Amino acid sequence: MEGIDFGSAEHRKVVIIGTGPAGLTAAIYSARANFAPLVIQGPEPGGQLITTTDVENYPGFPDGIMGPDMMQMFEKQAERFGAELRWGTVTSVDLSQRPFKLIVDEETPVTADTVIVSTGASAMYLGLENESRLLGHGVSACATCDGAFFREQNVAIVGGGDTAMEEALFLTRFASKIFLIHRRGEFRASKIMQDRVLSHEKIEVLWNTTVEDIRGDKLVEGLVIKDVNTGEVRDLDVEGFFVAIGHTPNTDLFKDFLDMDETGYIQTQSDSTYTNIEGVFACGDAQDHIYRQAVTAAGTGCMAAIDAERWLADQEA
Amino acid sequence: MAQDAKYVTLTDANFASEVLESDQPVLVDFWATWCGPCRIIAPVIVELADEFEGKAKIGKLDVDHNPQTAMQYGVRSIPTLLFFKDGQVVDQLVGTAPKKVLAAKLEALAGQPA
Repeated sequence: MEGIDFGSAEHRKVVIIGTGPAGLTAAIYSARANFAPLVIQGPEPGGQLITTTDVENYPGFPDGIMGPDMMQMFEKQAERFGAELRWGTVTSVDLSQRPFKLIVDEETPVTADTVIVSTGASAMYLGLENESRLLGHGVSACATCDGAFFREQNVAIVGGGDTAMEEALFLTRFASKIFLIHRRGEFRASKIMQDRVLSHEKIEVLWNTTVEDIRGDKLVEGLVIKDVNTGEVRDLDVEGFFVAIGHTPNTDLFKDFLDMDETGYIQTQSDSTYTNIEGVFACGDAQDHIYRQAVTAAGTGCMAAIDAERWLADQEA
Repeated sequence: MAQDAKYVTLTDANFASEVLESDQPVLVDFWATWCGPCRIIAPVIVELADEFEGKAKIGKLDVDHNPQTAMQYGVRSIPTLLFFKDGQVVDQLVGTAPKKVLAAKLEALAGQPA
């Protein structure tokens, strides 16, 4: 906060941080309540749905809808009622007193009577040195973004949840062979997704296997994998490596202020989006490690906007 | 908007003349129609092309139609942004990034926009 003058900072009644389904639904409700919310988009505008293809389980779209298309519709709907979407990332906050202080992109101060935290979650990586070095050169956390670069090639994907299944199936459109690497002997993915994967002729599951390293100079050339039961280590030649091992909540920014569980999910009071700080509300994947669906995120986004509206009304009463 | 766009549409055929032989620094946006994050960054690319006109060249290369260039530069994720100066890649970014970050990288190569 040092060095930033808040004297002439822009002030809003409602500031929403993050623009996935939670933040944009909060924006729709808050805008319709005439708060003209400022919505700060963050480093991944649109959130996780931007990197998906067909969304088949969002009610109202019987034929499915593309994730990026859906998020554009959310944006349009929020803007129609006066929400202001702004490109930028909140880089620091002070929630210790009201009005709350936020700094966007390390330079622009904003103050707010209420803050709705909808920063979501981002894909996790294994944390290998060669993984970050080869990111974009064969290592990817988004099969739907990058799968098309691997036509007629061999690829590997690591993970065991629905995302890993979805991405493995997507990769079958391009790759000639997909190795699905999982450290356990069973998947935690839903039955329907598992069945699709296990019956697909292009997908070979490597159970009880971990990825020890990634080989390649300028491009991925292969993996070093380990059988966790036998300890045997071997090379697996692949040109692409996709990581789908889950997500981590984007809540570091708030760790000095908001109560969180040990994995960083913000704790909200039951049946509400209230955090431990009055006037700060949390919704979407930033506070939900159980459901993590577009529709549940939107639901809690709506709750946060209503909670904020009522809280503001109580302050003025 | 499209008719106002000041970026250059790059292809395998014109890449050498437009990028490698350019007198100005060049930012190349490797993208495809099916790429969600590419759509996020597209308006930023258009704005940068406008702001850096005369200082730096901004180009967009559709990887589906121009696979050779994408292969040549080891592009395996999109959006990938490569910064060229004197025919060499001098900086790169994979994935979306705030406009400020892109502008700072361009400024480092081309100086302040007009």
